[in-house]
Amino acid sequence: MTIADAEKVPFYLNPKVRAVFFQIGVLCMVGLLAWYLVSNTLTNLERQNIASGFGFIQKEAAFEIGESLISYGSADTYGRALFVGVLNTLKVSLIGIIATVILGTIVGVARLSSNWLVSRLSKIYIEVMQDVPVLLQLFFWYAIFYESLPSPRQALNPVAGVFLCNRGVAVAIPEAHPAHAYILSTLVIAIVAVFFLRRWAKTRQEQTGKYFPVFRVGLGLILGLPTLAWVAFGSPTAMDVPVLQGFNFTGGMTLSPEFIALLLGLVLYTAAFVAEVVRAGIQSVSKGQQEAAMAIGLRPNLVLNLVILPQALRVIIPPLTSQMLNLTKNSSLAVAIGYPDFVSVANTTMNQTGQSIEGVALIMLVYLMFSLSTSAFMNWYNKRARLVER
Amino acid sequence: MVENTTHSEPSGDDIRPPKASIGVIGWLRANLFDGWLNSVLTLVTLFVLWKTIPPFFRWAFVDSLWFTDGAVCRDAPGACWSAVTTNLRFIIFGFFPYELQWRPLLAMLILFFLLFYSRDRTHWNKYLAYGWVIGLFLMGLFMKGGLFGLTPVDSTQWGGLPLTLLLSVFGLTAAYPLGVILALGRQSSMPAVKYLCIIYIELIRGVPLISLLFMGSIIFPLFLPEGITINSILRAQVAIILFTAAYIAEVVRGGLQGMSQGQYEAADSLGLNYVLTMRLVILPQALKIVIPPTVSILISAFKDTSLVVIIALFDLLKTSQTVLSNPEWMGFSREVYLFVAILYFLGCFSMSNYSRRLERELDRGY
Repeated sequence: MTIADAEKVPFYLNPKVRAVFFQIGVLCMVGLLAWYLVSNTLTNLERQNIASGFGFIQKEAAFEIGESLISYGSADTYGRALFVGVLNTLKVSLIGIIATVILGTIVGVARLSSNWLVSRLSKIYIEVMQDVPVLLQLFFWYAIFYESLPSPRQALNPVAGVFLCNRGVAVAIPEAHPAHAYILSTLVIAIVAVFFLRRWAKTRQEQTGKYFPVFRVGLGLILGLPTLAWVAFGSPTAMDVPVLQGFNFTGGMTLSPEFIALLLGLVLYTAAFVAEVVRAGIQSVSKGQQEAAMAIGLRPNLVLNLVILPQALRVIIPPLTSQMLNLTKNSSLAVAIGYPDFVSVANTTMNQTGQSIEGVALIMLVYLMFSLSTSAFMNWYNKRARLVER
Repeated sequence: MVENTTHSEPSGDDIRPPKASIGVIGWLRANLFDGWLNSVLTLVTLFVLWKTIPPFFRWAFVDSLWFTDGAVCRDAPGACWSAVTTNLRFIIFGFFPYELQWRPLLAMLILFFLLFYSRDRTHWNKYLAYGWVIGLFLMGLFMKGGLFGLTPVDSTQWGGLPLTLLLSVFGLTAAYPLGVILALGRQSSMPAVKYLCIIYIELIRGVPLISLLFMGSIIFPLFLPEGITINSILRAQVAIILFTAAYIAEVVRGGLQGMSQGQYEAADSLGLNYVLTMRLVILPQALKIVIPPTVSILISAFKDTSLVVIIALFDLLKTSQTVLSNPEWMGFSREVYLFVAILYFLGCFSMSNYSRRLERELDRGY
């Protein structure tokens, strides 16, 4: 066979031409399907007299939301109600993520403990929590909260200033005082200062070899500066203690049973997965690494900081991020126990306005934004933590 | 020979290790009291266990009531398992007609038998696949009725454990081929196909299942032309399939990326076209690698079916909630939820155990 023969291949057998036709075919089919669905939807909407579009966001919501981080009343717009929902989702997710990482790390390390009892118990914990649906766990904690705790009148008072009852947990908080703003801002300043201190110390150590005790100085800064601010502004100690008034507590900070049940369920469930991630990460660093680091004379904390953690974290961070994202997505189950998260508020909005397409689209959009920003972070981290092979 | 006898070990009076490092005491020392930190940890854990386990045991078994009515339970100090035993048939079968409940039971037994038989990898052949097709058909027949003199049962009456199993088994069976196609599409060199698949997979993986269930229950009816309606179970099923397929696609993609370039080249040099390359060379190997992660997808799909509670389908979780909303059994959530949790745990635990065993077996193969 010669090259001239090969060129005589009919055009419909040429893979490039075929690929183009195949793609046009696929696009046409997807387009037709989309057109069919959209046209059906439009006729149906017209028949049911539902106006489409996001105009409803400007209208008055006329429903109350149980808890909110910003001021909200039923006279506010749907837009503001949805924003309250987003904030509530972020609130439960952020607190949940922090608690999950702490608990998951503890359980994951315990799983590798040489102590037989501790390692067995954490194995049981991981198995049981992973194998029971998170929604069932949420229902369970919510029911425990409602059925086991007394009414506000007989509230349990385990520690001074903390009241447990079936309406939630009321906690005493420091009374509002102008000093608090200064304490917070000095804390932020201290954290920023420690960040730069660490960079400076690292550069100096690389150039001159001189060691600087960043941890001790940093801890002193972070604890010391806010304390100084507290003393300088008259060291306020007044506490806002919750008091029983009528059927419920007023004052202090109240955490609703819905919030606590949601947080507890999400944290206990996700921590089991995080524990497995942490265990796998620690196990991925071979023992030789630790021995080599000790052989060149590094102190134990430096072995951990410079050799073990950077390698383990490279394995841990990607699946850990996806667990964090799972927690955020699972927080949408709040709608089942009545915590006003974004899905719950959007659901109420859909029921009231009948704008179901827009509502579901908004839900998807908000969660897509969460997950896209997380994957952007992941790409950035992977680039940074990638093994530089020589 | 002579040398061997002179150097042989003394048989009767060899030196044994000290008593404290062997047997029970040795095990305890090595595993529980190895250094002061571990000893403290052990003692604290034992104390916590001693404080929690006996009271729980007392509550669940000693002081518990098993076959009474709700009123008697109110004053009992222990668990009221009567809430489960009395309503067992409702929790398991939901609103399925009482005298016909042998049918979902039989369907579940067929499923369990098929699952049990498929455990052994030596049984995996063409006939097993036919067996599954016939089995799934029989299960559908027993649930739905209407043929061979079986009384038809409307799907709005389906509920409980059969519904949970139905949603997860059919969900996975349908999602698996779809996921494989999506994974192949994502690996494709044709940009239009590739980006369509990427958009689909990332879109679905980025949103919670509940938003898809909402879409299935609220928006899906709007998509259909006037006059055509689809029942709510099927709509939830479609949402679950679309959701699970995206996750399966990602798992299968992992397997496809694990294939070496040489496999493709070898298939090309044999003159196989794309379909044959995939069917005979790439997919059999790639799908085998990803069996363990596929089982974990199955586990999450099984757990995720509980979300259909939110769109008011009567799955296992919803039937138990219905029992708890009955004034007679109100307040016994712990017992009922524990029972449901045990059912889910048994299902997931046996699957994850199986996946671990399979992983070991496949490891040995290469």
